Amino acid sequence: MKVSVRYFASIRETLGQSAETVETSAATLANLRDELIARGGAYADALARGKAVRMACGQVMCDESAPLQEGAEVAFFPPVTGG
Amino acid sequence: MTRVSVQAADFDLGREIAILRGQDARIGAICSFVGTVRDRNDGQGVAELELEHYPGMTERAIEAMIDEAIRRFELYGARVVHRVGLLLPTDQIVLVAVTSSHRAASFQGCEFLMDYLKTQAPFWKKERTPGGGRWVDARTSDDVALRRWGIDSRNG
Repeated sequence: MKVSVRYFASIRETLGQSAETVETSAATLANLRDELIARGGAYADALARGKAVRMACGQVMCDESAPLQEGAEVAFFPPVTGG
Repeated sequence: MTRVSVQAADFDLGREIAILRGQDARIGAICSFVGTVRDRNDGQGVAELELEHYPGMTERAIEAMIDEAIRRFELYGARVVHRVGLLLPTDQIVLVAVTSSHRAASFQGCEFLMDYLKTQAPFWKKERTPGGGRWVDARTSDDVALRRWGIDSRNG
């Protein structure tokens, strides 16, 4: 299935892109993150396990256990610092 | 009435409160908070601040926070304006304003919204310092502030 993935702030900068469409069979966001890490290079660095990475699915903050669906809009970003 | 604005433009506190109050005679209390850009952070001078956000999700997240604040504190209304883009020291960044019958609800509602926004609204600050650009780190104290209201930031 295809999902749309968006990146923000330091993660966007490390990857050098703000969005991409990803072909995946990942069942959850955790699986998708692992698939991206497995690409190596900047992905392994930006999304590394142990790093504070927050996620959203369908534009709602969620846990890594959230299920992935065809056409979903997923986002990876660092902890927020607004206000 | 528009409750949430994410914009590059500055805002006028007096004007925003006038619109929020309207002619509602039930209102007996108004509280507002305005956040501004400091010229120092973590021991370094800050020349400018770049604010990034997640268009769509930001507005949605803040709308949900306002619904929750109105429910918890029986507010009559709330208004949030958050600026994005390039900001300079002394610039206004954020406005939270709420109305209620009595002051306790307004004080609490305003603080609740600000604490919530700090840890859950998708904004990110990047500072330009003499040492170069740096992304601002999230503060643990902001998560602690949200926990007072019985909400886990899930930033842990």
